[in-house]
Amino acid sequence: MEKEILAEIKDLSVTYPTRIGSVSAVDHVNFNIYKGEILGLVGESGCGKSTLGKALLRMIDPPGEISNGKIVFRGENIMEYDYNHLRDFRGRHVSMIFQDPMTSLNPVQRVDEHLIETIQVHEPQTKEDSALQRSKVMIERLGIGIERLYSYPHQLSGGMRQRVMTGIGLILNADLIIADEATTSLDVIVEAKLADQLREIRDEFGVSLLLITHNIALVAEMADRIAVMYAGHLVEIGDIYKIFEEPKHPYTQGLLASVPNIRFDTNEHLYKMPGEPPNLTHPPLGCRFHPRCPHAMPICSQREPLLVEIEEGWSVHCWLYQEQSS
Amino acid sequence: MSSSLKKFLVTRILLTIPMVLIMITLVFFIMRVLPGDPIRSQLGPRVSEEQADRLRERLGLNDPILVQYGNYLKDMLTFNFGNALTRGERPIREELGEKLPATLELSIPAMLIAVALGIGLGAFSAKNRKKPVDYGIRLFSIFIYSIPIFFLGLIFQIIFGVRLNLLPLSGRMDPILLTTFESKTNFYIIDSILSQNWAALKSTLLHLILPSLTLGLSLTGVFIRLTRVNMIEMIKSDFITAGRARGISETQLIYKHSLRNTFIPILTMIGLQMALLIAGAVLTETTFSWPGMGRYLVDRIALRDYTAVQSTIGVFAFFVAIISLVMDILYALVDPRIRY
Ligand SMILES: Nc1ncnc2c1ncn2[C@@H]1O[C@H](COP(=O)(O)OP(=O)(O)OP(=O)(O)O)[C@@H](O)[C@H]1O
Ligand SMILES: [Mg+2]
Repeated sequence: MEKEILAEIKDLSVTYPTRIGSVSAVDHVNFNIYKGEILGLVGESGCGKSTLGKALLRMIDPPGEISNGKIVFRGENIMEYDYNHLRDFRGRHVSMIFQDPMTSLNPVQRVDEHLIETIQVHEPQTKEDSALQRSKVMIERLGIGIERLYSYPHQLSGGMRQRVMTGIGLILNADLIIADEATTSLDVIVEAKLADQLREIRDEFGVSLLLITHNIALVAEMADRIAVMYAGHLVEIGDIYKIFEEPKHPYTQGLLASVPNIRFDTNEHLYKMPGEPPNLTHPPLGCRFHPRCPHAMPICSQREPLLVEIEEGWSVHCWLYQEQSS
Repeated sequence: MSSSLKKFLVTRILLTIPMVLIMITLVFFIMRVLPGDPIRSQLGPRVSEEQADRLRERLGLNDPILVQYGNYLKDMLTFNFGNALTRGERPIREELGEKLPATLELSIPAMLIAVALGIGLGAFSAKNRKKPVDYGIRLFSIFIYSIPIFFLGLIFQIIFGVRLNLLPLSGRMDPILLTTFESKTNFYIIDSILSQNWAALKSTLLHLILPSLTLGLSLTGVFIRLTRVNMIEMIKSDFITAGRARGISETQLIYKHSLRNTFIPILTMIGLQMALLIAGAVLTETTFSWPGMGRYLVDRIALRDYTAVQSTIGVFAFFVAIISLVMDILYALVDPRIRY
């Protein structure tokens, strides 16, 4: 299957300077996002998922910065964009849905104002009524009643707001939607609905979806591929079925084993990973997972492994799968 | 108007009545507790005790205190106010009819200056947080807040009035023009426009600059700090991040999205600042010999002119109540989340 690359993330690092030292939140990460795919990004809290998502929009909170690498989107290096170019890129090509639907809409703006504003920011020549027309079409397509268009955010339920956010994200035919914990704050039923809807949207609009979540079950259900992060490193990425079937990286193995109710999981006891994730101001040398790794070898604490492709479209960042001489 | 909004307004208005009542009652009794009385304050030892007593009798000051209080309430509630006790015993309505427009003509531009400058600088400061211009604006706001009004007024008078000789030092209008100026509403700006007296208009505006700037600047510090603090909080909110993520420019995020949300606490603040505005107006009027309510009040307190003082404060209280009512209504209009 020939997949078309939408975005290439190359050797990307993000650091946040703090008083106690600089936090290496994303460290030399490499991966691609393909057109029309749903890529699940998982990992423990604080491993750098949100940071990576924001980096794709070059929206790292200062004084944090992208300290290394580049992001190539549809063949263009967005690291070279100036402010205006970047502003146009945000929302037009890549949109973001955030965790808290209660607070991610402007409380004093109606839904229609959000949509129209988004259109006009990117297409200043578009007239208000044609922008309104497009907003109506979008809202209906997402199964939101037209009358909701004139509601204020506080008049909508959480699930409804996330759909509105999705609508805002799609109104300019974005190529990529980053959903950062977008379903986390919703109840299970609403969450399932939104998940269904996101999948439908992918099918209908051909948009790619980067699904950042703690919820492995959700990834299992929705994603085509899964990317696993640990302490700022991308440790494993590949086809969802293959990785769930036979995870290669010891961290992925531990992560999947500690999740209840996964299809393949027949363990009676949930696995509890020993230890704590490292402090990212002073991460362990070599592989950042080695202090917790059941298979740690001497080299693991000395040199960082590379992310190597062990099979077509399946890469692992672990000394177990590469020559130690390399 | 929706019925819930009506209900809100009615309750809100009804609530202001006890507020004003308490205020004017307090004033009544405080005035009586103060040593001295209107007769002695004005006439001093020139009149005999007998004559003074006859005057007291005529002015109703010998009535039992509760009777006086009752009369006073009646006068206030009918907006009749009665007569002053000193300086010719003119009807207070007439006197306030001259003074109130003068005070409003000073306070409204001052408030506009304070709000526009305060919010503008506060927002700019928040946008440029931790840059030199932010420190500069913050320093300015502390300076302007702590400097006494009369001192600020004095500095302006010295610089613009005396040294540069650009602006008049005091009063509302050139005294020569004033002799032929016919005032119907006592708002000199309105009167001079209505009578197409452009020389008078120019003179009025020139006279207004220093006092309104003094009063306005003295209130600006509070608005700068309030706007800045609220904006900085607002800029951190999720919807601003979300707005940035869909390509809205920083300028729009600050001046449209954050500012509109920041207006909500600011509106409340404007209502609360009314007391400060009135106190400031009194000082400004004294500094610039501005013939408004503030100077009138100071003058009549010294004379223990009970009715004049009571009525003036009653009118001030009424205005504070009205403004805070208006602010509440604006608040409800700006913030769609407000439910009545
Ligand atoms: N603005 C910031 N300043 C300093 N450090 C930050 C900042 N934002 C994030 N970090 C640090 O960067 C690391 C990664 O944070 P990030 O929010 O990307 O994690 P995450 O994987 O999204 O976590 P979660 O699952 O809890 O959302 C954390 O150690 C965090 O403390
Ligand atoms: Mg996160």
